Amino acid sequence: MSGTDRRGFLGTAAAALAGVALAPGIRLIEFAAARAPEEPASAKVRWGMLIDTAKCASGCDACVRACATENGLEATGRPRTDAQWIRKVELKDPKSGRQHSAPVMCQHCAHPPCVDVCPTGASFKRADGIVLVDMHTCIGCRYCIMACPYKARSFVHENLSGQRPEVPRGKGCVEGCTLCVHKVDRGDGITACAEACRAAGHEAIVFGDLNDPESPVSRRLRELPNRALREDLRLDPGVRYAGL
Amino acid sequence: MPASSAAVLQRELQAHGWRFYGPLLALAAVVAAGFAAFVHMETEGHIVTGMDNQIVWGMPHVFAVFLIVAASGALNVASVASVFGRVAYKPLARFSALSAIALLAGGLAILVADLGRPERLVVAMTHFNFKSIFALNIFLYNGFFAIVAVYLWFLMERRMNRFSAAVGLAAFVWRIVLTTGTGLIFGFLVAREAFDSALLGPTFVVYSFAYGTAAFVVLLQAARLWEGRRTEPETLVRLGRLLGVFAAASLYMTTAFYLTKLYMTRHHGVVAFLLAEGGIYPLFFWLGQVVLGGLVPLALVFAPGATPARVVAAALAVITGGLAQMYVTIIGAQAWPQPIFPGWQESSSFFDGEIHPYAPSAAEIVLGAGGVALALALLAIGAKVLRVLPEPCTDSSSPQPTSPPAKPR
Repeated sequence: MSGTDRRGFLGTAAAALAGVALAPGIRLIEFAAARAPEEPASAKVRWGMLIDTAKCASGCDACVRACATENGLEATGRPRTDAQWIRKVELKDPKSGRQHSAPVMCQHCAHPPCVDVCPTGASFKRADGIVLVDMHTCIGCRYCIMACPYKARSFVHENLSGQRPEVPRGKGCVEGCTLCVHKVDRGDGITACAEACRAAGHEAIVFGDLNDPESPVSRRLRELPNRALREDLRLDPGVRYAGL
Repeated sequence: MPASSAAVLQRELQAHGWRFYGPLLALAAVVAAGFAAFVHMETEGHIVTGMDNQIVWGMPHVFAVFLIVAASGALNVASVASVFGRVAYKPLARFSALSAIALLAGGLAILVADLGRPERLVVAMTHFNFKSIFALNIFLYNGFFAIVAVYLWFLMERRMNRFSAAVGLAAFVWRIVLTTGTGLIFGFLVAREAFDSALLGPTFVVYSFAYGTAAFVVLLQAARLWEGRRTEPETLVRLGRLLGVFAAASLYMTTAFYLTKLYMTRHHGVVAFLLAEGGIYPLFFWLGQVVLGGLVPLALVFAPGATPARVVAAALAVITGGLAQMYVTIIGAQAWPQPIFPGWQESSSFFDGEIHPYAPSAAEIVLGAGGVALALALLAIGAKVLRVLPEPCTDSSSPQPTSPPAKPR
């Protein structure tokens, strides 16, 4: 092997070695948002959303349909008892006639009243800010529904079948928006509603880590005047609204 | 006088054979119907009730909360005797304590039967979130059973009589805390305009004085009718005056509660809904809570020449008014839409911005009636096996019976 060849070989080997060494790193970066099942949720992130009502189209319910598909929510034709994890609220200022449309779902409060009132602790907040119901300890008392200022929770009034395995649901328990926790935990980095809103060309829902100043949601929150719903209650919701 | 009822002969419910078992079977039939309603609700889900995702607490809660509030108030008579030293009420203390236990059991049975997952009662008893007033109430209810049972035992056991005043005081303090906790289940709900007031704690305490005393009057009268005897007129008239004071106090608390709401401009809508424009709710409020639950009993017991019949009528009116109050307080509050975007007109597929309709289903009403029947049946069985009814039912200065002989305890 000549000196040049040796240099070439060493160079190639070094590059290959670097590639081998870096490749897993690249993969790790790619899946940084994914969480191993045994790994607890981290308080370093706080998942949340910005809803820009200026971009939310009245009459568009892409987010609602996407949520139903993602979480296996089927309409029975009995809307008063059907679960609704997200709904479009049409708003009108009675004085000026100004109109808005906005999706409303669980606001994933930092100080959730549903968690405060739940007698068994079935309503709980994860370290990363997602508010959930433990389907094993919910007794179906509905006190959380009474306490929620956003009407974000539903009680399952009927027998269910064909639930999606990653979305536990059952008759007699209370449920609500999970912020697509199964998608978040597998590293999708977006909720079904935000995905559908983007696909519909609106991008009125921006999902991300509120603790990361460089996340798209944080950047948009800096750019747009925004507020929480029922700010007077000081619950510090993870969902913010712009344009209202 | 020592805090005991040892000087008064106390006997079991004096009804035997079919005279006892006939009415008890009728009660058992209602309990069975309530159980069937419970099984139906749990098999099919709450879809068979009138409740939905807007009105999540319905008729079962009206019955249950009424019974629970009345339970703590049914202890009034014993408390007045043991804590406030009114000897005239001492002979009735045992029946008062037993009534409290039975009414609470009936109320809690309804609450448990209405749960979405009642088979998880053990979860509720083993997993506690101590920030939840509901979880605290589980302790308060169980503690009430225990403390009133001990109180009853001390009243009945001659050797323990000397401690009955102390336990009676503990039971009185406990029932005040318990009823405050029941009121605050609603009062601490900041999300709903009709609640969101710590006044509901003391208001429920005062309501409980009225409802419990009324329940006690009716239960005592029922026990005497069951025995084929009449309740001593002076006992009823005395209880009637107590009931009148409590009914007046309830009107005062109701006034204070709604005036407080009215003082806040943001609550004008909900108060107008509940008291003027809300259809059945103003009707239940004015005709039920105010007229039947307050003004009628006041007139019946304080107009000159009060008779036992008028006192019993007043008690029945207070109970009817109390159920109406619970309907307005619990269901009316949910019928009013929650302001998620204050100042905006809201509409959605989830009925935002709308008055929510509610019509109770038969299953709910039967479940509630089953709980009431369960309370009555438990009281009847308790009164049949325990010496809780004075003989004769009057104060300790009344003549003692000569026959049939029964061992004083």
